[in-house]
Amino acid sequence: MTHLTIPKTYKLYIGGKFPRSESGRVYEITTAKGAFLANAAKASRKDARDAVVAARAAQPGWSGATAYNRGQVLYRVAEVLEGRRAQFVDEIVQGEGVAASVASAQVDAAIDTWVWYAGWADKYVQVAGNANAVSGPYFNLSTPEPTGVVAVVAPPGSSLLGLVSVVAPVVTTGNAVVVLASEATPLSAISLAEVLATSDVPGGVINILTGSASEIAPWLAGHADVNGLDLAGAGDLDWVDLQVAGAETLTRVLPPVDGIPALSLERMLAFTETKTVWHTKSMI
Amino acid sequence: MTSFLEYAPAPESTAILDLKPSYGLFIGGEFVGGHGAGFTTISPSTEKHIADIASADAQDVDLAVAAARRAYERTWSKLSGADRGKYLFRIARLVQERARELAVAESLDNGKPIKEARDVDVPLVAAWFFYYAGWADKLDYAGLGANPRSLGVAAQVVPWNFPLLMLAWKIAPALAAGNTVVIKPAETTPLTALIFAEILQQADLPAGVVNIITGAGETGELLVNHPGVDKVAFTGSTAVGKAIARSTAGSGKKVTLELGGKAANIVFDDAPIDQAIEGIVTGIFFNQGHVCCAGSRLLVQENIHDEVVARLKARLSTLRLGDPLDKNTDIGAINSRAQLDRIRELSAIGESEGAERWTAECAIPENGFWFAPTIFTNVSTSNRIARDEVFGPVLSVLTFRTPAEAVARANNTPYGLSAGIWSSNGSRILAVADRLRAGVVWANTFNQFDPASPFGGYKESGYGREGGRHGLAAYLESSSLQDSAGAVRAGSARRAVTATRKAAK
Repeated sequence: MTHLTIPKTYKLYIGGKFPRSESGRVYEITTAKGAFLANAAKASRKDARDAVVAARAAQPGWSGATAYNRGQVLYRVAEVLEGRRAQFVDEIVQGEGVAASVASAQVDAAIDTWVWYAGWADKYVQVAGNANAVSGPYFNLSTPEPTGVVAVVAPPGSSLLGLVSVVAPVVTTGNAVVVLASEATPLSAISLAEVLATSDVPGGVINILTGSASEIAPWLAGHADVNGLDLAGAGDLDWVDLQVAGAETLTRVLPPVDGIPALSLERMLAFTETKTVWHTKSMI
Repeated sequence: MTSFLEYAPAPESTAILDLKPSYGLFIGGEFVGGHGAGFTTISPSTEKHIADIASADAQDVDLAVAAARRAYERTWSKLSGADRGKYLFRIARLVQERARELAVAESLDNGKPIKEARDVDVPLVAAWFFYYAGWADKLDYAGLGANPRSLGVAAQVVPWNFPLLMLAWKIAPALAAGNTVVIKPAETTPLTALIFAEILQQADLPAGVVNIITGAGETGELLVNHPGVDKVAFTGSTAVGKAIARSTAGSGKKVTLELGGKAANIVFDDAPIDQAIEGIVTGIFFNQGHVCCAGSRLLVQENIHDEVVARLKARLSTLRLGDPLDKNTDIGAINSRAQLDRIRELSAIGESEGAERWTAECAIPENGFWFAPTIFTNVSTSNRIARDEVFGPVLSVLTFRTPAEAVARANNTPYGLSAGIWSSNGSRILAVADRLRAGVVWANTFNQFDPASPFGGYKESGYGREGGRHGLAAYLESSSLQDSAGAVRAGSARRAVTATRKAAK
């Protein structure tokens, strides 16, 4: 007697919940050879805006958490991901049509990426900030702070590692993120959302949308409450238009990259703001 | 009866100036004529003509960028960091030697009080060059990984409120990092930049390393959008900053923007009140309020509102408005008629929207552009004078009851350049400073600047920092990306990336 499988319904991940697209739209996801895998939710403009609202609401709590706490939460993501590696290997093999060893290496790299960034949470301030020897009786300190809400276009060619490589650096510093998953291979992204939901990442800190990047990215880029825009995976979109849309509110922008971004302090600091505080020392 | 405020005139002599009747563009180490329609620069305190100034058109911008490119490729990028630093040290010393002359020229051309040009602007110019001179041969220690690279040709556009100081903020880090420069001073204040060109000649700076082109906004637009520049640095209005962000999108140019502000100066009821009053005055009336980080919104705790406002009015009544070259002058001239019109317009809107206007009594000179120190009380958050950058000696007073309300009101603006906190409670200062969304926060002080201290905004006040180690990063390409990739992506992880990249293709 064989067990008839229970296929998963893949939905969006917004504010820590798994809603369907409010538009009711789905699109078909297939294996590399064209066989049906699942219907993924096709996010709408309204879903994107809801995700920004959720990110904005979650951001102060996340950046206000201690750096030690943020580091542990991100490390926890790696732990939970490690425990579910077989599921991700399966999904990547099916979705990308690669060998199990290649998929396995991708999951390894994704896990290691979380661990690398987790360790940065309580260090980037020391590396990117400093005391300043000014000419006067002042205690003067510069420290980086998270920019706020960052919209991210994940690399289209990778199910899992691409997404993790762009999301992790943004949230490590205390930003909240709305990410557009790879359009063709979005299933791992939603499975990753299940990992996030069970890893103590507060709801709303990472919001994941699946669907058409060319349709949704402009709404995020032009959104006045989006402070940062990582166009890592937007190379095939009209990304200059996205940057132009962001200019209206002086959104901080990272341009597209070829392939998957490497581990990088720069990617973290791209979405931080340096605050310099002068404390007078003269009033004894 | 003679008031204690009546001083004998004490004008600084302009005899120290050796101005030419007309100035060309400084391209390739020499003054050359411009192809655009020239203009004149006047003294805003007298409206008298100072000098004729050349205007750079598209052809001149091409020439300047080409000169900078040549200098970058043939000379500057091949020079050692130590030698670049020596040129910057020379410039710092020459600025000190000619400090009096530069201060007088700045006061004359800009309208700012001589004591401010003499004690703030010019000393900081020298300090800026001295600070970045020392960085030129230490770039490996700037936190950007080993061997950070210069960008190439930097296009820089600076405003009229601190003409020479803003020029120094731009040129010093650019040159220290190994870039060459084409810089455009503001149309109304080109004079000190042109004297600075003479200083560059005295320093024997290689030709083309710094090119100074004068002109109006159109010249600046041509410069920042020129395909031959690798870096754009702009200080000015948020509207122009947004236009630059749009026009440079997708160009690969590295852009830093220092834009407008509407800073909150928060005064708690436990503040050291004497110092706070002085700080509020410095915050908004320094440089006639022509300061992007000016403390233009006073947020005062409700229970001390009346006392603070009364003491402010008393203090403002002692400020001396008049001849910028007089050593006793506190408030100089508004920089231009256009700016005066804007200040008048926004002040009129403030009144029409219901805020209560108070203006210090002072004699206004017959000629020139003047605006007496003005306070608006009974201002509500939605009033234009509480939202728009006035860029003049106009203070809007709002109140709050709790620290949380103060923070919420302070952050209720699209800008995020600076803020002030006045309190004797150190713990409260730190907590409030943490919550303010502003790039520079002054606690029990205001409007302090130093080359070692990064300056720049959050949100629509722009991006990038000037000053300190952070200011250097605006002119360098980091190598940390390659470094961390090589160091960490070892073994299976690296193979996975490669495999995935292949799979994607």
